[in-house]
Amino acid sequence: MSDDKAPDAKLPGEQKTVDTHVEGADSAPGAGLEREDAQPDEALDAVALVPVGAHVIETRTGMWSGGSGDTSGYGRIVHTVEIPNEGLPSEGWYAGVVGRLLKLVPDALVRVVFDRGELTFFVAREKLTEVMGQLRDDAQLRFEFLPSVSGVNYPSDAGAELHVAYHLQSMTHNRRLRVETTCPDDDPHVPSVTPLYPAADWHERETFDMFGIVFDGHPHLTRILMPDDWVGFPQRKDYPLGGIPVEYKGTTVPPPDQRRSYR
Amino acid sequence: MSTTDDFYAQPGEETEGTVYTAMGGDWAEIAAEQAERSDEILVINMGPQHPSTHGVLRLILECDGETVLSIRPGIGFLHTGIEKNMEYRTWTQGSTFVTRMDYVAPIFNEVAYCLGVERLLGIENDIPERAQVLRVLMMELNRISSHLVCIGTGGMEIGALTVMTIGFREREMILDFFEAVTGLRMNHAYIRPGGVATDLPETGIAQLRELIAWLHKHLPEYAEFCNENPIFKMRMIGIGHQDLAACMALGVSGPVLRSTGYDWDLRKQQPYCGYETYDFESIAWKPTDGWAPSDSYARFRIRLDEMWESLKIVEQCADRLESSRGKPVMVADPKIAWPAQLAVGPDGQGNSHEHIKHIMGESMEALIHHFKIVTEGFRVPAGQAYVPIESPKGEIACHVVSDGGTRPFRVHMRDPGFNHLQSVPIQCEGGMISDVVVAVGSLDPVMGGVDR
Repeated sequence: MSDDKAPDAKLPGEQKTVDTHVEGADSAPGAGLEREDAQPDEALDAVALVPVGAHVIETRTGMWSGGSGDTSGYGRIVHTVEIPNEGLPSEGWYAGVVGRLLKLVPDALVRVVFDRGELTFFVAREKLTEVMGQLRDDAQLRFEFLPSVSGVNYPSDAGAELHVAYHLQSMTHNRRLRVETTCPDDDPHVPSVTPLYPAADWHERETFDMFGIVFDGHPHLTRILMPDDWVGFPQRKDYPLGGIPVEYKGTTVPPPDQRRSYR
Repeated sequence: MSTTDDFYAQPGEETEGTVYTAMGGDWAEIAAEQAERSDEILVINMGPQHPSTHGVLRLILECDGETVLSIRPGIGFLHTGIEKNMEYRTWTQGSTFVTRMDYVAPIFNEVAYCLGVERLLGIENDIPERAQVLRVLMMELNRISSHLVCIGTGGMEIGALTVMTIGFREREMILDFFEAVTGLRMNHAYIRPGGVATDLPETGIAQLRELIAWLHKHLPEYAEFCNENPIFKMRMIGIGHQDLAACMALGVSGPVLRSTGYDWDLRKQQPYCGYETYDFESIAWKPTDGWAPSDSYARFRIRLDEMWESLKIVEQCADRLESSRGKPVMVADPKIAWPAQLAVGPDGQGNSHEHIKHIMGESMEALIHHFKIVTEGFRVPAGQAYVPIESPKGEIACHVVSDGGTRPFRVHMRDPGFNHLQSVPIQCEGGMISDVVVAVGSLDPVMGGVDR
């Protein structure tokens, strides 16, 4: 704020208006109205304690998809499917965001994954609401926009078969972040973030519809894409694609999910 | 209630019974009778088959007279399980599936998916320049045709039929160009992981120049027809109001977000495909004294201006395509690149004659390679990616997950229409039934994308 007392002078914290372009992290506002401790701090030591490293999802053998006989001689090849992790880069905003979040919620993160330019926070489901609340409200974090929620089913990730990925966008700082939480198959419960981000309403309904993940606290968790009386959760890996064998010129072609296919 | 005998009956004809007429004094009594029941709430089921719902959208309205007390959108009627199907096809075949999601803006689905796959492959910086220009060209032409559908159908719904007829005339020109390039008017599968399916045909640049001249001549007509048309303005100004806070809370992006005055265009904020090298403006409504923005009219004006900006980009693309003639349109790595250039022959689109000659007559290794990459496809390193782009409707992005195999492990399309329909209640409750049509039209949902 300058010293002039023009009639249209703005209140402190109102410097950022919709007319001001956010070109990058530099031109984003350094202060917010909500918190007095909004200035950046250097205490990033906690970041070093965050578990990093690749995460093994599955180990598989052979060249072909499940159950197919393998006469190719490749049957003893062992593949390890792991989600790679480059570790937090020293440049950019990433370490700052991790440090800030750990300051607000000390044991927020199960794992931090930085892969191909995208930052992912793995959060225990018990901590999800608190972490998302801080990510939204804190002036330094300020991920105010939730574009997407999507589920992923990893049948071989024991104890964490169902993942929910929340994609967040900070328009204030022009940053993107993925928050991921997991739940086991036999207890498919995750707290709802709809009270924090109303945009999650339909997304959580869709994830419930497709994966059977129950979002506790959701105002109206019903099926949204499938018919109300549908049985089963179509996007789970053990749910068949459907389809019938097709006969053509004497040969029978099985439906796509029963064909032998390459891994 | 007073009634008369059937006075339309000819003399001697048998009367059909009691007739209610709009003449005479009985209307006051009918109105009074209706007023006694005025506290009753009427539940109206609008759709799923209704001309003003942009496809199979169902709106359940509770009305007091003509005032909407509550409105709940019901979706899912066009759910076709595209995301599930993609898990059983190769990565390249995925392009053919996503293009069928939002069928009014198919190129954007393909680009969103392919950018995600390319990030997983780690080849984002290896895409040839000409392929990027072709992608931008197709996206911007598609943006114009999508906005034309939005404006045209939106205009038709409020009685401005001419806007629809001239809108579809321009769109037809664009679809003709698409057909010349990709072989199809929709369902293109033109953008592939690694580049695009085929280069422009020989007459491509000439046809593009013709198209640009046509659009230059005809795009200004919409502003002349509509901008100051009093009926048009009375139907749209102040209708479907949604302010910035509501847009943020409900995940609304695109022209609806920019109609609040907040200038958020991913082409400017998080450039992709080389958008930072083009000269264009992102359009947001500038609040003026005349009326509050964030309404249907502002969205209409934004779409008009965006079409003009898109045309500017298309012109720049045409220049670049002219100077880069003959350059590759697919990534150099033969383990990823689709082996053939497609060509449009007399019996439809297929592999080019030169390629068939090469693999069938000249090189055994080329045939093996062709067979392997077409049946097996390529492997994508494990991980996940989410690359957002600016579609005509708003942020579209594909959450692509790979387990290191030849097929997508999980694909989830974030379609802007899905989010935007959530805001129908906030825009319509308390308004009139007739304004619901205007508000839904200004959100521009396409059910193919919403339901997937």
